[in-house]
Order: sequence, then structure tokens, then C-alpha cells
Amino acid sequence: MKKYTYTDKKDTRSGFGAGLLEVGRKNENVVALCADLIGSLKMNDFIKEFPERFFQVGIAEANMMGIAAGLTIGGKIPYTGTFANFSTGRVYDQIRQSIAYSDKNVKICASHAGLTLGEDGATHQILEDIGLMKMLPGMTVINPCDYNQTKAATIAIADHHGPVYLRFGRPVVPIFTAPDQKFEIGKAWMVNEGKDVSIFATGHLVWEAIQAGEQLAEMGIDAEIINIHTIKPLDEEAILKSVAKTGCVVTAEEHNRLGGLGDSVAQVLAKNNPTPQEYVAVNDSFGESGTPAQLMEKYGLNAANIVAAVQRVIKRK
Amino acid sequence: MNEDITKLEKIASQVRRDIVRMVHACQSGHPGGSLGCTEYFVALYFSAMERKEGFDINGIGEDIFFLSNGHISPVFYSTLARAGYFGVSELATFRQINSRLQGHPTTHEGLPGIRVASGSLGQGLSVAIGAARAKKLNNDNHLVYVLMGDGEQQEGQIWEAAMYAPFNKVDNLIATIDYNGQQIDGSTEQVLSLGNLRAKWEAFGWDVLEMKGNVMSEVLAGLAEAKSRTGKGKPVLILMKTEMGNGVDFMMGSHKWHGVAPNDEQLAAALAQLEETLGDY
Repeated sequence: MKKYTYTDKKDTRSGFGAGLLEVGRKNENVVALCADLIGSLKMNDFIKEFPERFFQVGIAEANMMGIAAGLTIGGKIPYTGTFANFSTGRVYDQIRQSIAYSDKNVKICASHAGLTLGEDGATHQILEDIGLMKMLPGMTVINPCDYNQTKAATIAIADHHGPVYLRFGRPVVPIFTAPDQKFEIGKAWMVNEGKDVSIFATGHLVWEAIQAGEQLAEMGIDAEIINIHTIKPLDEEAILKSVAKTGCVVTAEEHNRLGGLGDSVAQVLAKNNPTPQEYVAVNDSFGESGTPAQLMEKYGLNAANIVAAVQRVIKRK
Repeated sequence: MNEDITKLEKIASQVRRDIVRMVHACQSGHPGGSLGCTEYFVALYFSAMERKEGFDINGIGEDIFFLSNGHISPVFYSTLARAGYFGVSELATFRQINSRLQGHPTTHEGLPGIRVASGSLGQGLSVAIGAARAKKLNNDNHLVYVLMGDGEQQEGQIWEAAMYAPFNKVDNLIATIDYNGQQIDGSTEQVLSLGNLRAKWEAFGWDVLEMKGNVMSEVLAGLAEAKSRTGKGKPVLILMKTEMGNGVDFMMGSHKWHGVAPNDEQLAAALAQLEETLGDY
């Protein structure tokens, strides 16, 4: 098992904030919008440097999505910022008609996704957003794993023409990817090569998968771990190549097991190479208040759950 | 001026013929609101708007228009075709399989003249505000126009946008409400009263004017007046009083022709009232 260490922890939303500032400096067409959550989205640095390219829309997310669509007409590249819940479910039809169907170059940037939003509880903990967004034709869906990768993704999506859903989170998590990485949309990242099981993880679950991989190594199980930061378009080649070697799969995500990464992987496998698969995901329920760690444990999303899922799936080979 | 009005009225007559023929041909679509907004579309595209030749979706250096109540696509398509964005023969494909003229307007098929999809109501004003802000960022002093329905005013997003634009001094924007008092299930008064629309929009901070939408000279004057009020710190709203189905006597003034196609006899009766001025498609 390749060794991953970290010296620092940061929230992925701060990676978004840093990336937004950098891409704003690189590309004068980049503009940003926020629905009364500037601090939560870490947009302050961008606003300070580019006040004329920032639009505060107030608590009016539907209007924000429409304005973002309109800003693209004139060549702007709008980044919208609010919580994942208000970035997707609340404004689904606005995204569907004015952005996705209209092929508008809007970057929907969503913080506080999943259970790790914590104490605010289920009203704010959306676990359906990946599914909602990946079902929209033409939408790219990205869920990076740490600060550095979120920053790199934020910069990279400006060069991709078309709507993007960029999902990140609230809690501080280990930084274990390279600071100056090049982010390639749709290209899975090999975290650890192995031969006994393929673990496909996304977002905060990538670090959990690494922890699980270390425990599995001690048990004599050689896990291949792949970071699927782009859920759509999915890197089918990387998935099939890995599965051809390992013969079994665990998917891990901070999302409902319905409609997330696991289902995307299952569809690829069903068509090309039917393979035993176990899901580490929320079991079709809403979340609740609690600390991120408590919630990840209660809803079965930590390293121990990945280890258990690996043990189950290897028996099914 | 009178010569111009006569010319525009002739175009409007042809657009009305196109509308009823298109809706008849596919036996679906929305003739009522389309007929009621014909003067507005013709005045806009053939007089009020500064337009460039050809079509560029970014619309930099020209006035641009958004249709929020996308169901009145027949009048939009006919106007765009008559203004030269695409050939009039394509109007025959309206709402048919493999057509660029979808039931509701879309950019998806690349039809020149369309900049955003619409049909699900309430979204066009927000899009127009975004486009207006982009124009300001680009130092482009052209205008953005948007048309909404009156029933559409029942959508909450409209009021999010209504609050945003005056506060942010989006004064390169002229929004118009097709105030015909009708919606699918009946009159707006019966379904969900709009109350005093003028007072509502003024309270939100818009510069509001009213015009009669089915008299070409009044539409031209109204649009000119609206234009003169832009650039003064406030977005402009036109309450445009129209009659659903205007121009075809048996369709006028009733919600019954909101989304119903005429049969063969009704088509003949309608066309008998509308002079063919530019040649049918």
C-alpha cells in the first residue's frame, strides 16, 4: 500500500475559494455570484480583488441561476456559490431549462454537501445532489477529495465549455494530493494499485478509502484504490481496467446509494463486465444533526465500513 | 412615420397568418397569446431593436430579446423568420419531429435568434437581468428586452428578479408584461388575481409605463418612450394591454384559444380576416 500522509488539514470549500481567486486572475471573463453565503463559500478574496465581477443576489437562488445563465450571453463564465442543497434541489428546474438544456457555460459550485455539513441537520444535508445533477444531459459532475484537488478543479472547469456541478464540503479534512496538480476532468486518479479488490471512492470518502486500504494491507488484502473525482463523464476505461484485474468492487461516497457514484459504476459493470459490488453510501435515508465524525459513523461511511464492505465483496468473487 | 406604420402593419398581418397556419398544421400550439403579441414582436424586430446582421448568441453590440413565456413561440418563430434569421419555409416544421422549431423555444437545435430555452415559466426575467449585467461588464450600451406573460406573474422567481434589478440599477433592461388578463384555466382574476400590477412593480422600484399592445402606433410610441427612460438608474417595465387572439374575431378576448388549434373551417375563417402581404411560407 502506497503511503499517504498529510501535514495540514483544510476544508475543501477553502480550496474552492483559493481556486476562484486564481482562475479570476487568469481569466477576466470569470464572474461569481452568491446567494448570501459569501463567508461559507470562501468567496471573500475574489470579491475583494474583483468587486465589479461579483454579484450578490441575496437569498434568491432561482434568480441567481437565471442571472448566471444570462451572464453567459455576453461571454462571461459565471461561478455560482451556495450550499449544495440550494444549488440543486431548490433550483432544479432553473438549472434544467435555463442552464443545462440551454447549454449555458455556468459553473454551479456547491459547498456543505452531504452529511459532513454536520449540526445543521437533514434540511441542509443533501444526499441526492449527485444523482440530480448527473441525470441532466450535458452536465459535468465533479466531487474532489481535498483542498488541493478542489482548488485545481475550480481552476480547470473554466476551460471546459458547458455546465458543471462542482461539489465540495464544510469540514476540515486531510490534504494529501499534490498542491500544483493538473486537474483533468473525467480522468480518474489512481491512488493505489492493487489486485484483490477495486475501491472506487469520491469526495471525502477517498481519504477514508486510503485508511481502509492500510487496514486491509495488514490483513493481507491488496486493495486498488481509485479516486473518481468526476462522476460524469465517468472514466469507464479506468473502472473496467481495474475490475478486469481485481474481480470485485466497493464504491464509496457521501451520498444516497440511489443515484450516486455506485449506481454509475454498476451501470458500466452491468453492461461490460458484471462484477460483485458493495456500496458504501447512505442507505436511502435523510441525515440528522451531529458532528461530521458521528454522522459518518452512524450512517456507515467511514474506513471501517469500507473494510467491512471489502470483506463482504471478496467472498462473492 | 405613417408609411412605416403601414409597412409594419402589413408585416403583422403576415405574421398572424403564419401563426394560425403553423398551429393548424400541427394541430397544437398556442395561437391566442401569439396573436395578442404580434404588434409587439413586429415593432420590436422591425423598428425598435438595433440588430446586427446574422446571429451571434452573445449579442455583443446589439439589442437582444428574451421570450420568457415560451409558449407563444409561433409569433416568435414567425417574426424571426420574417426578419431573416432563418428561411420562412422552415415555419412549416413547427412542432414536428426533427424540427428546430420546438414547441417551446430552445437553443438546443441551434435555431438562429434563440438565446435561451423557455417554456417553464418565470425564468426569463432573471436571464435577461444576467444578460443586461454582462452588457454593462462588456461596456456594451445596447439594451436587453424581455417579454413575460401576465399569468406568469404568479411565479415566485419573477419577484426575486423584480427585487434584484432596481436595487442593482439594471437600467439597460426593458421588461414587458403581456397583460391580456387570461390564463389556461380562465381569467387571471378568477384563477389568482394579480391585484394592482402597476403598484406592485412600482413598489419594487421599477419605472412603469402602460401601452396598448394591439395598436401599432401606440406600441411604437410605447417602446420609444421606454427606451428614453433607460440609463436613468431604474429598470423599465411596460404593462402592455393586449387582447388574446387579436386579429381573428372568433379567437379574441377569451382564454379558450390559449392552447387550442383551429380546424380546417376555422383556419379558413381566420385567414379570410388576415391579408397575405409578404407571401405565405
